[in-house]
Amino acid sequence: MILEVNGEATEVPEGTTAEDLVTLLGHRSDRVAIEIDGRVCPRHARPTTALMPGQHIELVSFVGGG
Amino acid sequence: MRQSPLPSDCAERLAHARIGVAGCGGMGSHVATALARTGVGGIVIVDFDTVDGSNLFRQCYTPSHVGEKKTKALSDILLDIEPDLELEAFDGEITAENACRVFSGCDVVCECLDRPEMKAMLVESLLSVTPGSVVVSCSGMVGFGRSNSISTNKRMSRLYVCGDEESDASEGPGLTAARVMVCAGHVANMAIRLVLGYDKP
Repeated sequence: MILEVNGEATEVPEGTTAEDLVTLLGHRSDRVAIEIDGRVCPRHARPTTALMPGQHIELVSFVGGG
Repeated sequence: MRQSPLPSDCAERLAHARIGVAGCGGMGSHVATALARTGVGGIVIVDFDTVDGSNLFRQCYTPSHVGEKKTKALSDILLDIEPDLELEAFDGEITAENACRVFSGCDVVCECLDRPEMKAMLVESLLSVTPGSVVVSCSGMVGFGRSNSISTNKRMSRLYVCGDEESDASEGPGLTAARVMVCAGHVANMAIRLVLGYDKP
């Protein structure tokens, strides 16, 4: 299925969860914040949040320094 | 009392605003002083740390602050800049459990923490629990890379991220005052713009 991730069409397997997406894109789960169709998906809900075709996902992966 | 250079309606809005600053290190100390100088009436600062000699290279503290809690040192600096500032200082660590309470009533929260795990935790906590909250975060300001590679981007419906989003403090050169201040300027300016009703980065 095709999702829009950070503005780009991204193909992922059917049944991909929010947690799977973080891993597929090579990010560390504890450094990431995710918004799905305008709503933040908390980390505890990621493993059970199945993604649907066409959803708009914003994934921000933070780097250190402040 | 100093005279604001801003139009009176802008100065009025800023005077009634309350902005949170999570972390009082290189980013947070410069963000908070910029907000105070611009006339933001209420600021909430949070940090658990103590000023160390190594902090003086990029944070707004002076040798006389070494050994003081950062919240105390920064409070003194901010109240020197603006004695009428409504300042709240929380000396402690931000957690998923206390984040919303600590920053309750804030129009905008500036995320200026240093560890990426803490950044993600705070952003997620504030945005998933507190309706209407807006977060301006920083990610990527290490070293002496191009100033113009640091930008402000609206990454989520209520999240702005300032930085190059690449340079990581755990790799390569360390943090330098000049580039940290470039990024801190982005964070403070975005927070001010939001208070004044401008949502474009």
